[in-house]
Amino acid sequence: MAFDRSDLDLFIPLTLFGRLEEVLLGSSNHHVIPFRVYLNILLILLLFTVVTVVVSRIDFGAANAFIAMFIASIKAGLVLLYFMHLKYDDKLFPTVFFISIFFLLVMFAFSHLDIITRVLENNIL
Amino acid sequence: MGTAIVDKNKNYLNEKSGLWSWLTTLDHKRIGIMYMIAVMFFFLLGGIFAMLIRAELFKVGPTLFTSPQYNQVMTLHGAIMVFMVIIPGIPAFLGNFFLPIQLGAKDVAFPRINLLSWYCLIVGAAVVFWSLLHHGVDTGWTFYTPYSISTSNGTTWVVAGAFIIGFSSILTGLNFIATVHKLRAPGMNFWRMPLFVWALYSTAILQVLATPVLGITLLLLVAERVMGIGIFDAKLGGDPVLFQHFFWFYSHPAVYIMILPAMGVVSELIATFSRKTIFGYKAIALSSVGIAAVSFFVWGHHMFVSGQSEVAGIIFSFLTMLVGVPTAIKVFNWVATIYKGSVRFDTPMLYALGFLFLFTIGGVTGIILATIATDVHFHDTYFVVAHFHYVMVGGTLMAIMGGIYYWIPKMFGRMYNEYWARITFVLIFVGFNVTFFPQFVLGALGMPRRYFDYLPVYEPLNRISSVGAWTIGVGFLIGLFVIIQAIFKGEKAPENPWGGKTLEWQTASPPPHENFHNQPVVTAGPYEYR
Repeated sequence: MAFDRSDLDLFIPLTLFGRLEEVLLGSSNHHVIPFRVYLNILLILLLFTVVTVVVSRIDFGAANAFIAMFIASIKAGLVLLYFMHLKYDDKLFPTVFFISIFFLLVMFAFSHLDIITRVLENNIL
Repeated sequence: MGTAIVDKNKNYLNEKSGLWSWLTTLDHKRIGIMYMIAVMFFFLLGGIFAMLIRAELFKVGPTLFTSPQYNQVMTLHGAIMVFMVIIPGIPAFLGNFFLPIQLGAKDVAFPRINLLSWYCLIVGAAVVFWSLLHHGVDTGWTFYTPYSISTSNGTTWVVAGAFIIGFSSILTGLNFIATVHKLRAPGMNFWRMPLFVWALYSTAILQVLATPVLGITLLLLVAERVMGIGIFDAKLGGDPVLFQHFFWFYSHPAVYIMILPAMGVVSELIATFSRKTIFGYKAIALSSVGIAAVSFFVWGHHMFVSGQSEVAGIIFSFLTMLVGVPTAIKVFNWVATIYKGSVRFDTPMLYALGFLFLFTIGGVTGIILATIATDVHFHDTYFVVAHFHYVMVGGTLMAIMGGIYYWIPKMFGRMYNEYWARITFVLIFVGFNVTFFPQFVLGALGMPRRYFDYLPVYEPLNRISSVGAWTIGVGFLIGLFVIIQAIFKGEKAPENPWGGKTLEWQTASPPPHENFHNQPVVTAGPYEYR
């Protein structure tokens, strides 16, 4: 019988998992970002702040929230990538960050799926 | 060059003395023991509430409580057992103690954060108990809106306490992930990690990703109660079902936070007591990660009758079935490991076998509840109560007990009394089935849960269930004495009483302050018996 054979297991080469760990951990070189880059990002963020204020005075109807969230996401992304060094850091950190974002999207997607289909099923609108 | 002199009599227990040295310790083993004491205390409290519930339900009509009092007792039983016992039980207690040792590390990655997580649990628990002075809480441990928005002030305190306890869970998870990635001994690659470590690693991912959602949800609930912001309150344009979505997005993965570490313990027990290389190591290891991943896609099966849309219900029902795949992989691999093994039926192995039997019943009845058509009938009946107790008590608590008996010789350097430990197992195992199997029948007959009274037709099975509960109570009390007796009066334990192969069995009992006198170098897998 096969059950008493310890060599029967999933074949996953160690090198494959070693590669995964390498991707997860990356290198630990500390990257120094030039001051000019910080200044440029600051200016872009200020520009987007102006855009945020301007856009808030225009009524896009149902798209209002989407546009506001889109601009805010770009600003948050810039802060994460440059001010919080995500662009230059070990690959473990962006991996963890994007996994978190993915599961957040899963939560939003399924919750909204329920709300939208509930509205359609019950002809609430 | 001088060589450090190693005092073989020094260990983590006698390295320093005094209460202050414990309260300020950064040693993961001492913090694990502090978790053990806290969790046992909470378990005793939650257990007393359980006994009171069964006393009330022993016969028809009011017995001990009024209905509002019963609601409070039932809520505290659930909240204490979930947030203070089962969630921290294995990861924070056994995990804290053994994860670094099994990896060959001196400590966890962030020892100060580790201590902070213990204080978060204690402060959070104190805040929960403070609610008793504010008319208690009667919402059930799920705090469902809209009732939780309008009921007594104690709800705010309990919710705040659960919020604080959540930080304990998140910090422990962060610590374990960093420890697994950064502090493994030379030669300890991922495929040489014990399955308990794999289970804790998968659990840690859930703790870090899911717990913040509960924190935010509970904060929104408090904001709704205090400020009326209108996110869950239908009167203000909110959606009460949205609370259930947010709550179960955490709380279903939380079920796996409770059971995955238990599965890790069982993997250790079955391999060691079967004296055989574990069957399908990689399949068991990766199925833990698989369960963790799938757990984020199934929460809507708690909401089939909540008003959730039919489309969402069908999708969640289908996705829920997927959990059965990695779970069955584990169960079949454990059974295959036992097959033709040189099985020793010591108490830890009895608990592992008990886990296999009870958890399988819990899992299979879960399939019945994941099927929409049958769930509509069984929802909010005692069938659900029986199902999740078979998973949580029959699964997690069995594994905790097995794990405690397995590792007592290592933690305290003392052996427990095998005879009394087996009696404890028999009482708990028999008592458990006598308590909860009749509840499947009661649920199928339509008895609703969370009520303090019932129709006379349900009385005989309720009486049997109550007698079973008290049998479990006696079993756990004797078990507690066996543990205390072992710690203070037990025979001196050898370094490796069970012939285990993982790293904790290669060091002294109890382990020294930094776990090993010499840095271990790993050259083989954790279960290479034959």
